[in-house]
Amino acid sequence: MGWAFYNVPCSDTNTSLHPFSLAKGLVTSGRNTCTPYHSSTVKIPFVAILRTNLHQEMNYFPDEVIEHIFDSIASHRDRNSISLVSKSWHKIERCCRRRVFIGNCYAISPERLIGRFPCLKSLTLKGKPHFADFNLVPHEWGGFVHPWIDALARARVGLEELRLKRMVVSDESLELLSRSFANFKSLVLVSCEGFTTDGLASIAANCRHLRELDLQENEIDDHRGQWLNCFPDSCTTLTSLNFACLKGETNLSALERLVARSPSLKSLKVNRAVPLDALTRLMSCAPQLVDLGVGSYENEPDTESFAKLLAAIKKCTSLRSLSGFSEVAPLCLTAFYPICQNLTYLNLSYAAEIHGNHLVKFIQFCKRLQRLWILDSIGDKGLEVVASACKELQELRVFPSDLHDEEDNNAAVTEVGLVAISAGCRKLHSILYFCKQMTNAALITVAKNCPNFIRFRLCILEPNKPDHVTSQSLDEGFGAVVQACKGLRRLSVSGLLTDKVFLYIGMYAEQLEMLSIAFAGDTDKGMLYVLNGCKKLRKLEIRDSPFGNAALLADVDKYETMRSLWMSSCDVTLGGCKRLARDAPWLNVEIINENEDNGMERNEEDEREKVDRLYLYRTVVGTRNDAPSCVTIL
Amino acid sequence: KSCVALQLKKPKESQMSPEEELQSNVSVASSSPTSNGISRNASGGLKEHNYLGLSDCSSVGSSTLSGLVEDDKATISLKATELTLGLPGSRSPARDTDLNLLSPAKLDEKPFFPLLPSKDEICSSSQKNIASGNKRGFSDTMDQFSEAKSSVYTEKNWMFPEAAATQSVIKKEVTQNIPKGQSSTTNNSSSPPAAKAQIVGWPPVRSYRKNTLATTCKNSDEVDGRPGSGALFVKVSMDGAPYLRKVDLRSYTNYGELSSALEKMFTTFTLGQCGSNGAAGKDMLSETKLKDLLNGKDYVLTYEDKDGDWMLVGDVPWEMFIDVCKKLKIMKGCDAIGLAAAPRAMEKSKMRA
Repeated sequence: MGWAFYNVPCSDTNTSLHPFSLAKGLVTSGRNTCTPYHSSTVKIPFVAILRTNLHQEMNYFPDEVIEHIFDSIASHRDRNSISLVSKSWHKIERCCRRRVFIGNCYAISPERLIGRFPCLKSLTLKGKPHFADFNLVPHEWGGFVHPWIDALARARVGLEELRLKRMVVSDESLELLSRSFANFKSLVLVSCEGFTTDGLASIAANCRHLRELDLQENEIDDHRGQWLNCFPDSCTTLTSLNFACLKGETNLSALERLVARSPSLKSLKVNRAVPLDALTRLMSCAPQLVDLGVGSYENEPDTESFAKLLAAIKKCTSLRSLSGFSEVAPLCLTAFYPICQNLTYLNLSYAAEIHGNHLVKFIQFCKRLQRLWILDSIGDKGLEVVASACKELQELRVFPSDLHDEEDNNAAVTEVGLVAISAGCRKLHSILYFCKQMTNAALITVAKNCPNFIRFRLCILEPNKPDHVTSQSLDEGFGAVVQACKGLRRLSVSGLLTDKVFLYIGMYAEQLEMLSIAFAGDTDKGMLYVLNGCKKLRKLEIRDSPFGNAALLADVDKYETMRSLWMSSCDVTLGGCKRLARDAPWLNVEIINENEDNGMERNEEDEREKVDRLYLYRTVVGTRNDAPSCVTIL
Repeated sequence: KSCVALQLKKPKESQMSPEEELQSNVSVASSSPTSNGISRNASGGLKEHNYLGLSDCSSVGSSTLSGLVEDDKATISLKATELTLGLPGSRSPARDTDLNLLSPAKLDEKPFFPLLPSKDEICSSSQKNIASGNKRGFSDTMDQFSEAKSSVYTEKNWMFPEAAATQSVIKKEVTQNIPKGQSSTTNNSSSPPAAKAQIVGWPPVRSYRKNTLATTCKNSDEVDGRPGSGALFVKVSMDGAPYLRKVDLRSYTNYGELSSALEKMFTTFTLGQCGSNGAAGKDMLSETKLKDLLNGKDYVLTYEDKDGDWMLVGDVPWEMFIDVCKKLKIMKGCDAIGLAAAPRAMEKSKMRA
């Protein structure tokens, strides 16, 4: 059983049967000392509920009251735990469940989802495996959202929010979505593909109560149409509009009119087709903005334009979050100085044009920064400045800037920058760091400085690179990280690594949920250490590492506790995969080949043949029927 | 820890760590994951030779260069005219004499690189025949380059098999390095910069981000007068390869660069099966792969143009090529019979056997 976090708001009634009195009763049964009549979270173990038979007492309450209590529980896991307490709680919980998160769209079917949660309002779905982000999964692999929208529409679910990640979305799906749910409010698409601006036009035109349209890093075919014009004049409820990933031109006047009639607009992220003067006008009519994504302006602005921009920015006193700048003359960044000390989130990871002094000067004034996404052109020196200026920093992502160039990038970051950050930013809990070199000593220092990491992702650009000072593997460095960071939930390792690092991970990373491995390990033992040790492991993805059938098959039941396993360019063979599929019928074991010529025949040949890409996941609905020919489901 | 297949084929191969290589002046580049995984044993291996008037070819970085030199001797058969990637005329005449100097003994070593045919000695005459193959257009293009340059590129092409198919980088700087013959730029303390067309999915950066940044960079190049309009990714498939790669045609300026990049990419892929620091866990390559490598099939580089026809790469000037090329494919020579030059190339290699 889990813990429940009750968000118990202030109450103005005091009857003993009031749900919040009940909560108070639970609280004072000795588990904690928070008073429930504040808006605070109190921690109540369900075990306590059972032990004190309170749940039975609670059952004397009408269902509505119990629902009311449950409603205050937001976390999916806690909701899942509640539903396991008893049959009656299961029934109550499922009927009042509003938000459902499905980490793998093939683990369950839309029909079963709707059957269990008929009152669903918000659905989050994830499709393709994570490595699809890096071109390791063929485009046609799957992850289609259409069947979901179709089923939800037919069942007349009152869907209000749909959040998709790595799924294939078509214009037809968007059209169907826009017409089927009268109260639809929020569409968030991350790393999706398959649709065009025509689909966006349907959403704009038909969703009368649309509040949020957030498109993050999608591949959208831009028909350069007039989708922005499709928002009716009556649409005034927008709170968030993000179309930064659109590549085509934008109808500026339509955009300006839309923003002008959206007084609740808090988040606006435009694409690069929105030039400086348009941005100025937009900000002038939306000074309430909290989150701004800037377009592009290649040329240095003239004095007058700059002055206007500056004036508009000064009025945006609520601005906390800034991103975009994909093609921006560095001078334009200086226009944001007036508000930079308010910023809590700064994403300059697409701002390839801004480096050196401009960048560092700006960041050093962002004293309240909590999240920073930056390119490695900032350099170690720049990171040292960040470390001394941004004491509130919690999340840092440093992306590689030189992906296509062969030049030796002297400005890139090394272990020096990472150590500096760890020393200066003690609140850091989440890091993604691409660098060209690393040492064990640095990692050990980082672990000591920041034991609070929950996400630690280090990518040394050159695979198999050892500690550049000692030439040893980086086992000890990563070992130190997992040992010190007791709350670590996500880890990506890189560099030269032997089985030993996995021994450490298995031993110490007790909270680890997601592990990404590339070009690491020596033998099957490595993978076994992880599978045996990491009890909370949900997602394991491995590429180019020498793990084979012995590791894959050692503990088949483990996969039932996990969402998925990905192995590419490893040593598992077709025979091993077939055996696994036989032993675990509740798994979908997929073999993926991209080369259409070889496709199936190659797989059927030889069981000793190594499998190029293996993706397996638990499912309650068996084999999917939408797999392309390059995918074989065993 | 080495890939067994490697050992079988290349007993003499220098399989050193980058540091060792630097010190030993052996020219084998070492930056690829596969090669590291294959973990070299320190071995004497190849000695430097100075074909191009280079005084010193010692580091990993210019190892590509020195590698060429070294490997060239051992891999004389690389003699490209089997020219797997179909770039005729890339052999400068100056190389012929050098090739003859190579002792047959070294040629016993079989190439890893599947693109390379089995080791045959190439005599200058046959080489010239091939060089005078049908791709007049291409040789026109190649003529632009200095001999040194073209030699560098071609040699680099053939270096891989000997060099345990590393991901050594072909840097533009290498061409400048030639005259100096220094192992300067690529200091081994930092990793050699990544090759442009590398392992699929590495570094792990979302394609959206890659494409966006690429476009940004290209756009800023417009000042140079280049018709930059963003990256131009085309798929590259190879017979026998389980998955495709993509390359950005705009990141190359000539056929030589493309050819080298593709070789690196597919060599790495082939040896990628050996994985990382494979110790005991590392098995031999599957039998089929081993056979392939041993037989040394001929491969040619072809492309699909706007009309959907498959053409042999190299016939048209580079700028035109990137304009019309929709897809690339590395085909077996025998499959490419309908296209120009390929049969000839095969004939020539048979003759030499």
